[in-house]
Amino acid sequence: MTSTKPLLEVDGLTLRIGASGRTVVNDVSFSVSPGEIVGIVGESGSGKTLAARAVMGFIPPAVRLISGSIRFDGEEVTTMAPKRLRATRGAKVGMVFQEPMTSLNPSMLIGRQLEEGLALHRKLDAAGRRELILDMLRRVGIRDPEGAFNAYPHQYSGGMRQRIMLASVMLLKPALLLADEPTTALDAVVQRDVMELMVDLTKENGTAVLLISHDLGMVARYCSRIVVMCQGDVVEQGRSEDILARPQHSYTRKLLAAMPHREPARELPDTATPLVSVDGLVVDYGGRQGFFRKEQGKRALHGISLSVKPGEVVSVVGGSGSGKTTLGHAIAGLLKPSGGEIRFNGKPIDKSDAAFWDYRLNCQMVFQDPYSSLDPRMTIGELVGEPLRLVKGMGTAEKKARLQEVLGEVGLGDGFAERYPHELSGGQRQRVAIARAIIRRPSFVIADEPVSALDVTVRAQVLELFAELQKKHGFSCLFISHDLGVVEQVSDRVVVMQDGRIVEEGTRDQIFDAPRHDYTRKLLSAVPGLESTQDGGVRLFWRLADAGGATAIANA
Amino acid sequence: MKLPAPNALVGGTLIGTLGIVAAVSALWTPYDPLRLSFRAKLAAPSAMHWLGTDEFGRDVLSRLMAGAATSVWISLLTVALAVSLGTVIGLFSGYVRGWVDRTIMAFNDALLAFPGILLALGLLAVVGANKYGIILALGIAYAPSVARIVRGTVLSLREREFISASRVMGNSEGFTMARHILPNCIAPLTVLATSMFGWVLLAESSLSFLGLGVPPPAPTWGNMLAGSRPYIGQAVWLGIFPGLCISLTLLGINLLGDALRDKLDPRMRGAR
Repeated sequence: MTSTKPLLEVDGLTLRIGASGRTVVNDVSFSVSPGEIVGIVGESGSGKTLAARAVMGFIPPAVRLISGSIRFDGEEVTTMAPKRLRATRGAKVGMVFQEPMTSLNPSMLIGRQLEEGLALHRKLDAAGRRELILDMLRRVGIRDPEGAFNAYPHQYSGGMRQRIMLASVMLLKPALLLADEPTTALDAVVQRDVMELMVDLTKENGTAVLLISHDLGMVARYCSRIVVMCQGDVVEQGRSEDILARPQHSYTRKLLAAMPHREPARELPDTATPLVSVDGLVVDYGGRQGFFRKEQGKRALHGISLSVKPGEVVSVVGGSGSGKTTLGHAIAGLLKPSGGEIRFNGKPIDKSDAAFWDYRLNCQMVFQDPYSSLDPRMTIGELVGEPLRLVKGMGTAEKKARLQEVLGEVGLGDGFAERYPHELSGGQRQRVAIARAIIRRPSFVIADEPVSALDVTVRAQVLELFAELQKKHGFSCLFISHDLGVVEQVSDRVVVMQDGRIVEEGTRDQIFDAPRHDYTRKLLSAVPGLESTQDGGVRLFWRLADAGGATAIANA
Repeated sequence: MKLPAPNALVGGTLIGTLGIVAAVSALWTPYDPLRLSFRAKLAAPSAMHWLGTDEFGRDVLSRLMAGAATSVWISLLTVALAVSLGTVIGLFSGYVRGWVDRTIMAFNDALLAFPGILLALGLLAVVGANKYGIILALGIAYAPSVARIVRGTVLSLREREFISASRVMGNSEGFTMARHILPNCIAPLTVLATSMFGWVLLAESSLSFLGLGVPPPAPTWGNMLAGSRPYIGQAVWLGIFPGLCISLTLLGINLLGDALRDKLDPRMRGAR
């Protein structure tokens, strides 16, 4: 395949931000052959998106092309006339973006949206277009294509919308598909289905794919070649197997090392009484109430029972809509359960004020989004120190010393106390959130997707820090996540949730090595397992590769 | 020392001058602002009367200085009243939600549907046209827009995770409100309050213009402007100088409001 003339050739591409003169893409070269799937991997700020978008002249107005050439199908794109460029976009190059919620026009019927491209680039009458669209909708797994034709995007879930988006792009049978983090906003199982569909569809039509992602595991699974980018530079590129097994550049090694990995199971002291136990927890969300109407409520949790022993890390996993976040909020006391009981140290927390207060002081939470969980008007010192306000019998000097100690523990030493959240990076903010959660030395911490908003290498650092602190202070933890890789790394025990119910529960090794429930198997088949090799590389393997697949498409 | 931002500098100078003039006028004005002098009526600006005299021969400069104190004082108190009233209503409404919120907001929106000046006119008819009547009437008339904005901000803040974090910490609802919600309302409130200062200054002028403001002969910028109308052809300075005072004050307040917002919001610091 490499002997044929490449479809896309990017050579020495350099992009700079106009005003500040900062180089965001520096001398980047890569090529894509017809029908080939190439992945660009990098963290945020690596320039991967800009480099890929430049291929179709989609760069923000502030960014300037300094030098380099982009040849698509033998034609120079950088000097192409706008009219010619428009004809090439859409007809020969398709794009799928990250956000399925915003990439389809919400006020336009799906049929109309799909028709738009066809009408523009193909000579067909209305009936012919309709026929093609219905075929394509059927192909991407929409069960009722006729209905979808006359439906609006909001009537579909994120995964379905991404399929529709894919359908609209593939209708034109482009020679190249640019996919910019096409599945990042979706949960693991749906992610795999959409990726598999994309690969099948492009293979059928001989379309080449340029896949942009931060997820090395996913890229390695589907791409024949990988380009690794870091801060505007291509640090390494080559065949996927070579990059994984024998990474040459230190950054690639760092990326590989940051992928979650399993450590031997820990021995926990056997205690009879669990620290926190939840029994038959039911949560209903009330329906919307207006002056004249009252809508039916929705049951989010159907009687959940679980327990966390002292010093244990229990993970709750599940796709979006499984109720895992609701469970976390209910256990944290942020919403009132409609039924069931939460016991802390054997005492029900809602029976007496003293019991609740004891629980309140001992149960803390780390939230998902470090950009929204810190009050923007407070300094880091004020934020982290705030929980101490409610600790009785602690002097000012003692509080100050504790603050210093905790800030040091999370690696935010000198000078950070005076700074404001907006001056910090995402990883640093999450460190602040962790510091705030542990400053009272709680015995129980609920972590709701604490690393899902972070970049790969930062995620690894934060997880390491969290594990270290957990070991040092011995708090129990309820770790809520959709990311099985992370769960595999941190948990002692795993609870799998689906549609507000627990479908499987067991030790980490039981769940990961011998899953019993179908849903667990489906979840597991969507994430890679890792084995380290001697050269500092890794080997990926896919568990239960046959599970899910076809059935997943039918159910999605 | 670092020079203050240009908007703070210009705004501060304008408002500072205004404050000094208002303060000085209490002790000293070139002439008595109320003294009539029929020999010098409608005199053009000259060395004796820098800004000329009005139809009763009163010195325009002296009246402007005295008027500054009245107008600024009325506007300040009115904005303070509207902002505190509106903030209390908005915070309460946004925080309790449910049917209480819906009822309050329905009432609030009904009030918003009236032009502020019309509402103030109605209220003035009840409380009587004097300085404090104006403050009360305008304060109540402008409170609904504050309540709307505060409620909106509270609703959006409530969904932020740092509010959940505060509750998980064990903070009481009242403390969460005072420590986390109220301070985050300040940025939109400062912007609103400064532009409101302008509206109130104009509204007070309009009321005076309609004859419902501070009763003559006490000078305010509004009634001076109103009184200048019949003489606009022969004594143009009668209208120009009060108008200029109002415009410059508005400019100063807006610039100062911008600067204040930048200063109060940590995210804006060093952004320039």
